[in-house]
Amino acid sequence: MEEKNLICINCPLGCPLTVALEGGEVRTVAGNTCPRGDAYARKELTNPTRIVTSTVKVKGGKLAMASVKTAADIPKGKIFDCVRAIRDIELEAPVAIGEVVLADVCGTGVDIVATKNVPAKG
Amino acid sequence: MREYELVIIGGGPAGLAAAVAAHEAGLRDILILERDNELGGILNQCIHNGFGLHTFQEELTGPEYAGRFIEQVKKLDIPYKLNTMALDLASDKTVTAMNRENGLFQLHPKAVILAMGCRERPRGALNIPGYRPAGIFTAGTAQRLVNMEGYMPGRKVVILGSGDIGLIMARRMTLEGAKVQVVAELMPYSGGLKRNIVQCLDDYGIPLKLSHTVVDIEGKKRVEAVTIAQVDWKNRPIPGTEERYECDTLLLSCGLIPENELSRSAGVEINPITNGPTVNESLETSVPGVFAAGNVLHVHDLVDYVSEEAGAAGRRAADYIAAGCRVEEDYKALPVKCENGVRYTVPVAIRPDAAGENVTLRFRVGNVYQNKKVAVYAGDACIFSRKRPVLAPGEMETVILKTSLLKDHPEAQGITVTLEEA
Repeated sequence: MEEKNLICINCPLGCPLTVALEGGEVRTVAGNTCPRGDAYARKELTNPTRIVTSTVKVKGGKLAMASVKTAADIPKGKIFDCVRAIRDIELEAPVAIGEVVLADVCGTGVDIVATKNVPAKG
Repeated sequence: MREYELVIIGGGPAGLAAAVAAHEAGLRDILILERDNELGGILNQCIHNGFGLHTFQEELTGPEYAGRFIEQVKKLDIPYKLNTMALDLASDKTVTAMNRENGLFQLHPKAVILAMGCRERPRGALNIPGYRPAGIFTAGTAQRLVNMEGYMPGRKVVILGSGDIGLIMARRMTLEGAKVQVVAELMPYSGGLKRNIVQCLDDYGIPLKLSHTVVDIEGKKRVEAVTIAQVDWKNRPIPGTEERYECDTLLLSCGLIPENELSRSAGVEINPITNGPTVNESLETSVPGVFAAGNVLHVHDLVDYVSEEAGAAGRRAADYIAAGCRVEEDYKALPVKCENGVRYTVPVAIRPDAAGENVTLRFRVGNVYQNKKVAVYAGDACIFSRKRPVLAPGEMETVILKTSLLKDHPEAQGITVTLEEA
C-alpha cells in the first residue's frame, strides 16, 4: 500500500488529503471535508490533466505575439513537450480567437488554438 | 469636441462591463477612454485560463474573456478612444484627456465611471535593502514582457510575494525555460488562490517559503544573488536564517494598489483600507454622479466579480442620468461598520430607498479564520448569517442582502458586518 499527500484545490479550505494507493489504484481518500475532495484526489492521482497556455510569434500583425491554449486539458506529463512544440510556431496575421494553430499536439488528440485576435498591420 | 453623457475612464474589464450594462439600461451616449492601444486592460497579458467560470460558465483565458466584452462593445457601437490618457478629473466631472489625434481636450459628462484598475506595489514601496541593479521587475511587468512583447526577463529567478500574479509567473517562467528557485512570502499565509499554489508551484516543485522576506540584493549592473531570511511575528528578519540564491532576476508580487490619482483630483473620498473610493449601494462615490467599479474600487481576485460590480455601476450611472442627475438628499444612509476581523466592506453605506431588491456587500477578512459565521446586523437585529468553514485574506467574501430586510428595521441607525463563532 502506497500513501500520497496532496492539497485539495476546490475551495479556500485547502484540505490536506491522504490517499492510499494499491497497484496504481486509489483505495481510500482521507482528510477531505466534502465529496469534491474525494473526486479531485482520484482524478489527480490516476489521470492528472491541465490546460496549457502560452504565446506564439505573429508575423505582420498589429501585435508581436498571440496567446494560445490547448483546446482541452492534456496529461500533466506532456506539459513540457507541449510547450516545446508551441515554441516553434510562427503565425501570419490576421489571427482569430479559436483558430487552430497546431493540430493534435504531441499525439494528445488536442489542438492548440489561438486565444487572441491579432489584426494584420496597416 | 463632441460631448458625452457618460464617460468611462478605463477600457479594461470594469470599463467594458460598465459600458455594456449602461447601454443595456438604455443609455446611448457613452464614451470609453483607454490609455493602451487596445481594449481589454490587464486581461490581455493574463494568458492563463480560469476566467469566466461565473460569467460564461466556461473556463476562458484572459484575452478570450476580454474578447467577449470587446465584441459586445463593438456590436453595440459604443464609442471608445484608444491611446488616450485621462489627465484630470475635476469635482464638476470635467474630464481632461489627451491623445495624438485630438490633442488636449475636455469633456463635460453628466456622469463618470472610474474604472482605472490598479497597479503593482513597486520595489520603492517595499523598503528592500541592497543594490539597485537591472533584473528587478514586478510580476506584472514580467508577465507583459513574456506574454505580449515576447521577451524573457531572466533565466534564474527568485520571487518575493505570493500574490496570484507572482504564482502565475512562477509557472510561466518555468515553462519558458527559466529556473524559478523559490517564492518567499512575508506573511504566514499566501495571498494567492489555493489552486494557483498547487498548479503553479507544487506542479513544478517550486518551494513556497512563508514568513520569509528578501534581506539583500547583490549585483551592481545586474542582479547576481538574492538573500532571503525568515521573519518573526513582527516581520523582523531572524538572524541566522539567511539563505542566499544566485539568480539574475527578482520578481515582486507584493500587492496591488488601486490607481486613484484622478479620483483624488476630483475630491472623491478614499477609504484608507482599500485605497479605493468610498461608495454607497449604487457604487457612487462621495462626488455625486461619479461611480467606481473594479480594481480601482478594491482589488478583486476574480474578474467575474469585477464584471458583475461594473455592470451594477453602469446601470446605476444610466439610472442617475435618466433621473436627471438628481441628488437624493432625503434618503437615509445606513453606514456599514466592520467588526471582528472584517477589514472593509464595499459599499460603506446603504440607502435602503435607493437600493434595488438586493444589495451586494463585498468584503475581506484580515486573517485566516476557521469555523466562523459571517453575520450582518441592522441595528441590533441579525438579518443575515452564514457558516464559513474557512475565511482567508486572499479570498473576497460576498453577501447578498435582501433590501426588504433592511426596511423591516426602520429603527436601525447602521449595519454591522462581523465574524462570530459558528
